[in-house]
Amino acid sequence: MSAPLLAIDNLDVSYADGAERRRVVHGISLDIAAGEVVALVGESGSGKTTLVQAVIGLLPEGGRVDGGAIRFAGTDIAGWSQRRLDALRGERISLIPQDPGSSLNPVKTIGAQVGEILRLHRRLGRAELREATLDLLAQVGLSQPALRLGQYPHQLSGGMKQRVLIAIATALRPSLIIADEPTSALDVTVQKRILDLIDTLRRESGTALLLVTHDLGVAADRADRIVVLRDGSVQERGPAASVLSAPRSAYTSQLLADIPSLAAPRLRSMPAPREGPPAVIVETLVRDYPGAGRRPFRAVDGLSFTVAPGTTHAIVGESGSGKSTTIRAIVGLERPSAGRILVDGLDLATLRGDTLRTFRRRIQLVYQNPFSSLDPRQTIEAIVEEPLLNFEPVARAERARRVAEIVERVGLPSGLLRRHPAALSGGQRQRVAIARALVLEPKILVLDEAVSALDVTVQAQILRLLDAMQAERRLTYLFVSHDLAVVRRIADTVTVLRDGRAVEQGSVEAVFERPRDPYTRDLIAAIPGQRLPAPQPVAAEA
Amino acid sequence: MSTVPTGIFASGSEAGRTAPAAAAWRITRGGFAVLRRTPPGLALAWLVIATVVLWALAPGLFAGQNPVAGIGREKLLPPSAAHLLGTDALGRDLYARIVHGAVHSLSGAFVAVTVGLFAGTILGLVAGAKGGLVDILVMRLVDTLLAIPTLLLSLTIIVLLGFGTVNAAIAVGLASVASFARLTRSEVVRVRGADYVEAAYGSGGTFWRVLWRHVLPNSLTSVIGLAALQFGTAILSISTLGFLGYGAPPPTPEWGLLIAEGRNYISRAWLTTAPGIVVVLVVLSANRISRSLAGNAR
Amino acid sequence: MVRRLLARIGQALIVLLAAFTASFLLLQALPADAILIKFMNPDLGLSPEQIAEIHAAYGAGTPLWSQYLRALGSFLTGDFGTSVQAGVPVRDSLAANLPATLTLAGLGFLAAVILALTVSVLSNLTGLVWLRNGLAALPSLFVSVPVFWLGILLIQVFSFQLKLVPVIDPGPWERLILPVAALAVPISAPLAQILMRNIDAVLTQPFVAVARAKGASRHSVLWRHVVPNALLPTLTIAGVLFGELLAGAVVTETVFGLNGLGTLTQQAVANQDVAVLQAVVVISATAFVLINLAVDLLYPLLDPRIAEAEAR
Repeated sequence: MSAPLLAIDNLDVSYADGAERRRVVHGISLDIAAGEVVALVGESGSGKTTLVQAVIGLLPEGGRVDGGAIRFAGTDIAGWSQRRLDALRGERISLIPQDPGSSLNPVKTIGAQVGEILRLHRRLGRAELREATLDLLAQVGLSQPALRLGQYPHQLSGGMKQRVLIAIATALRPSLIIADEPTSALDVTVQKRILDLIDTLRRESGTALLLVTHDLGVAADRADRIVVLRDGSVQERGPAASVLSAPRSAYTSQLLADIPSLAAPRLRSMPAPREGPPAVIVETLVRDYPGAGRRPFRAVDGLSFTVAPGTTHAIVGESGSGKSTTIRAIVGLERPSAGRILVDGLDLATLRGDTLRTFRRRIQLVYQNPFSSLDPRQTIEAIVEEPLLNFEPVARAERARRVAEIVERVGLPSGLLRRHPAALSGGQRQRVAIARALVLEPKILVLDEAVSALDVTVQAQILRLLDAMQAERRLTYLFVSHDLAVVRRIADTVTVLRDGRAVEQGSVEAVFERPRDPYTRDLIAAIPGQRLPAPQPVAAEA
Repeated sequence: MSTVPTGIFASGSEAGRTAPAAAAWRITRGGFAVLRRTPPGLALAWLVIATVVLWALAPGLFAGQNPVAGIGREKLLPPSAAHLLGTDALGRDLYARIVHGAVHSLSGAFVAVTVGLFAGTILGLVAGAKGGLVDILVMRLVDTLLAIPTLLLSLTIIVLLGFGTVNAAIAVGLASVASFARLTRSEVVRVRGADYVEAAYGSGGTFWRVLWRHVLPNSLTSVIGLAALQFGTAILSISTLGFLGYGAPPPTPEWGLLIAEGRNYISRAWLTTAPGIVVVLVVLSANRISRSLAGNAR
Repeated sequence: MVRRLLARIGQALIVLLAAFTASFLLLQALPADAILIKFMNPDLGLSPEQIAEIHAAYGAGTPLWSQYLRALGSFLTGDFGTSVQAGVPVRDSLAANLPATLTLAGLGFLAAVILALTVSVLSNLTGLVWLRNGLAALPSLFVSVPVFWLGILLIQVFSFQLKLVPVIDPGPWERLILPVAALAVPISAPLAQILMRNIDAVLTQPFVAVARAKGASRHSVLWRHVVPNALLPTLTIAGVLFGELLAGAVVTETVFGLNGLGTLTQQAVANQDVAVLQAVVVISATAFVLINLAVDLLYPLLDPRIAEAEAR
């Protein structure tokens, strides 16, 4: 076996934290052979991004390599000056960043930004530069490359921007590409195409890939070897197949159990759905927004569905499909342009002023982002207590008792009651948001991408909590998500939305096993983790 | 976004204590921690402001000599043990004049900030919370006020009200109404669009309740920061008006006036340097405190 | 696009009309009576004819709205009335004083821009921690210095102690060195503060890391990617800076004994010469509105994102 292309040896990285230094990477060692794909898997705070920033010598201010070596093609580059690294970066090692939306300079043309890497490392005439840039744009599958040259980033979609960034990263056929969560900001169908593109280009030029991801499913589909990180040290490493089928560390097993893949078991402790009139009826819902020019923009276009009481109905769609608009109309935050919505037998159109306010007792919304949906100046107790103050003139002691009860029920320690949201983790905050929604004992809970912003282990805990609460309180859930794997775990029925229309509806089994619409089939095929084995059940806590 | 994967029970150790004991412990620890964590620059800024406030409250404690009546024999003396900062053309002790002048500059700045803060915040709050026509009218008024440079606006108001310490302060305050109104409105609009405000309506809150409980407290933090900043600006503006001769009449030891009087004796540099440095220190401190207040908002 | 333009110009006109109205109300309508009472004081020794003349000048006896319309009409035709103090048309004294102030303000602005750019770019380029911290602290110091005091300090140091700049009979340009410096320091402060904040903000943007990952050096990334993005938002405070510049000119001209719009304003306030003051207020509001209009119209040409949004 020849020497590895990249050999990270016992690397320590720390950040300045006031007067002290906080170590975030603890003695990590890692090898990548030429042409190999290694996935670096970890949740937020695992140190994976810091590790790759150290490799290309671009640690943010305050970051420092404290010890260890980074050997690239046999030479230790850990102590190199920025000037020496400048010659290496782009030419031998390149980067595909996380968020295509902010990774291109907004005031420079696409042509200038792709051309920059050629200009920096090659001597090319004006015409040659243009020619080479055009070739690169065509190579990454951008339509009309000549047009793209003069366009600015805001004129391109997220997927197109990521293609531009891939063109930059592969321009000089480097020996190593570092891809830092290259698709986590993209819709699933786009995600698959982008990962395929990276794969193709990489194979053609024999480039090695260090793929950083939080998604074990993506790692399973793409990597030769997998390295699992947690809290800045390596938990597990090995060939992809063996890590996935026979994990040695408990943490990897837990990750595998929590990952929402198609192979994961369904999470439904409820028996058959309860009988009775539907909890939610939506009939030919239409919502127009005043658009540019004379034609209004139609966000939702004749959508109909019903939700049986005590069941979970999922609305699935990519960004811009109209799913947020739909649920905002259902909770009464927006008025439909046409159509009818009945919630718990009440026609929303008939509600005004105070009747609308009292209607809110029956249906509560949990937001996607637990960092923006809690008032930063309130204590947890005040946040959960507020709905009671709005509706029930009960004594202080009784209020405190009910707040403490629901907070405990959602799995939060009572010590947090006097804390502010800033002191809580994302998962804890989402539990607070759920407690606030449940304290009024509503009949219907609307969850707007409520677990999308969370790490998979936390996500799994929240899903289990939601399932337990549904069984206990006979709740009806309206679950909005872009993530089909999560939907499959928790929902009974599904509506697949595309451009404001339902392309497919039915039970979860029917839709996932016998999808009729090609778009649904695309969505399901794009779910990462198709190569994941069915996991063994792990003892779960909710 | 930083989520701690397994930190669900991260605060377990504290929850184990009995509640009151834990609370008391947290408060004591908090007190010391605040002191220890305050950057030295910020501590110094508070020290400067505290000193000047004490000068304004009890000038006699700091400077025994008469700030208004001078001693004819002791004209234009350089700094010495008897006269820390020397004396002016009428034999008055400059240090005593600076200490006694604090009350004029501070009360002036206080009046100015109060005027600007109240009028501006109410205008901005109404515009931001009500929206519609009210918003449009208020914001056009604000645009108009902003179109006139603040010094010219203050001068215009002084022409209307007449010269004097209080009038100058009111003029400076009125000239700052527009900035307060604009900031308050933009903050109210920002907070109004936040998820937690929508969630508050969603859990059954009425318009006024949500405004009072969520919008106001979350909007005011940066407005308070602006008030601190405006305090420094007001001291500058009032001393400028004093220097131009539109503020307090002589022999009031107002700081701007001190500098104006001192500049006739160009070889006695201390007469202008000392009051100028005091003004710079106070304004710097107010700005530093403003920055820490605005920083806490985020 | 054309409709947007017209709406924006209409809005500017409304603000101008409102500014004129406000200055009219504050300076002519409200104080007229109070000033007339003052002139009627027998101690001034004015003859009844003179008092009647002043009455007429203030438009006493005619209804307020007709005074307003007349004043508006004459302002629109460029007639700013007559200075009560100097007894000459306000237009003439403005014309005599404007060029001097424009020169001072223009040079002061130029110096301020250079100072601000130097401080903010240097503080980001230097590797020396003490120099970086020192430069970063400069704008907050600059913003806290009273202009008039700085002027006096400069005279004391450069003219009297170092004897570098003559005070007695200086040349036309020598005369301007110290005033321009005194004016530039406070103007550069907000500029440098915004620039530094923007540069820091842009530096954390992922596209900067992407540019570095292409192999571009620190300097190259700073000039090619960071500064263009950081400069754009400073344009939006151009109007406010102009106001500061004018206020600074009033003070600097007074301190350095220069003739100009500032001295004129200062005397107008001292003598309650409202015609002059109103003309200065309306002219500066006009300049402010025009500058902001120009910035609004220019911005889309410089920032492709805005151009796109407006074309829609």
